[in-house]
Amino acid sequence: MTRNGPWALVFHGLFVAFILAPLVVVCLVAFTPEGYLSLPTRGVSLRWFRAILGSDFIPAFYNSMIVATAAASIALLVSVPAALATARYQFAGRDALTAFFLSPLMVPHIVLGVALLKFLSEIGLSGNYFGLVFAHVVIILPFTLRLALAALVGMDRAVEWAAWSLGASQTTVFRRITLPLIVPGLAGGWLIAFIQSFDELTMTVFVASPSTMTLPVRMFNHVTDNIDPLVAAVSAALIFLTVILMFILDRFCGLDRLLAGKGAR
Amino acid sequence: MAERSPTSHSLTPYGLSAPAFIVCAVFLAAPLIMVLALSFNTFTMATGIQPGFRLDNYIEVLTDDYFHLIFARTFGMALLIALIAALIGTPEAYILHRMAPAWRSAFLLVILGPLLVSVLVRTLGWAVLLGRNGIVNSALVALGLADRPVEFMYTMTGVIVALVHVLVPFHVLAVWASLRRLDPAVEAAGLSLGASQFTVLRRIVVPQIMPGILSGSLIVFTLAASAFATPSIIGGRRLKVVAVTAYDEFLNSQNWPLGAAIVTVLLVATVVIVLAYNRAVERRYAQVFQ
Repeated sequence: MTRNGPWALVFHGLFVAFILAPLVVVCLVAFTPEGYLSLPTRGVSLRWFRAILGSDFIPAFYNSMIVATAAASIALLVSVPAALATARYQFAGRDALTAFFLSPLMVPHIVLGVALLKFLSEIGLSGNYFGLVFAHVVIILPFTLRLALAALVGMDRAVEWAAWSLGASQTTVFRRITLPLIVPGLAGGWLIAFIQSFDELTMTVFVASPSTMTLPVRMFNHVTDNIDPLVAAVSAALIFLTVILMFILDRFCGLDRLLAGKGAR
Repeated sequence: MAERSPTSHSLTPYGLSAPAFIVCAVFLAAPLIMVLALSFNTFTMATGIQPGFRLDNYIEVLTDDYFHLIFARTFGMALLIALIAALIGTPEAYILHRMAPAWRSAFLLVILGPLLVSVLVRTLGWAVLLGRNGIVNSALVALGLADRPVEFMYTMTGVIVALVHVLVPFHVLAVWASLRRLDPAVEAAGLSLGASQFTVLRRIVVPQIMPGILSGSLIVFTLAASAFATPSIIGGRRLKVVAVTAYDEFLNSQNWPLGAAIVTVLLVATVVIVLAYNRAVERRYAQVFQ
């Protein structure tokens, strides 16, 4: 394999700078001692990070944690059996069902947002966690399903056959053999689903009420009024948390494989 | 073939799929059908939403110059973004492909990692960079490239730069996936038979990764066409796109039926473009997909 030439490396450097620039700038601005957006040229201050603690970003953060944890867990719970059906059985309508479960990837979130706003207000579920959580379950289901499927297809079936031929029941095989083998894949799926749900704005902006407002929605409302160092500090904290999760995810299954589903249409 | 065991009932897979099916039917299919029905209702300030089956909203969206401008702006912008992302994302994926494995996985993390960071945070970064007193403007003035700050906020340039940043990792990812299937021996063969590096790139690499480039562009295009957060923050109300218009109809004007018609037209237009594109691509590159 040939190496990259100097021009290729210059291009690469510029590309990486382009990718990192906005993230780095947000992190730098968060440390400003001034009351307005500026680079911290006169010393570094944590005042904006302290200001987060007393702000209403904190309840929004807890809301996001609750919604993302519940949605990722429910999505995982319903997608494991569905993945088992797809990976282990041949049945009429199998491909159609899989396509249906992956279809949320194809609907723009803005469309889902208005559709769920109408739907939830119609059935009287608007403004509570239940509707919000299930709205999130739908958009992250394709991710947990794909990861569960990949884990089930990728594992060694011979172990299952061995246990079964030795007299283990179907449930025992699943509980003692299959489940432990697919847990790493499921954990990766749960985490990517959690992140997707935590970051979701476009749909949630329609569905969340003031009492269930998630962090992205709170930030969006704040940013449309004014962009100040406070929201930069919240962003910097989020970038920091994301970097930690990213390394965990990369350990589990490789980021390129995990994200492949995100843009798949 | 029920391969799991002789006792497995033929209804078992349906039972296993039932919970996911119910979730998708209730929270995806039903809402989409409802929003379609809503788009045929009518709305006036005095009476609110009136039930019925009328095409008024569609006639308004499809004949009003205001909506023509918004749809043309949205799809034109998405096209330009997909083009720019392809022009910078494809070479970057190829450069990554030729790196030593350790560097490659590190930089892959750097380039794909931002996909995990909220779009809002990335957009905010661009708002900080591109503001009147932002870093880009300070640099332009300091370098003498501009004698006064250039206005990027609330301009097409600003929205396009920020959305290319938000979406270009998807293009890199798509091209990267097709580069991984590339057999390095073919490249080596071309080189050893005396082809120049450029010829190898043009005649061997690009044709094989074309499906990746095309599917990456489609992903970027569709995501750009329905983007909400970035155009709303960087473009503001002066440069409304379809998603922001729908948001305003629903949450500011309270004209839900018109908003429903707008998103239905967006969804249908996107689906038609995707299907037409896939057909054209499959016909052109049939041999690559086999």
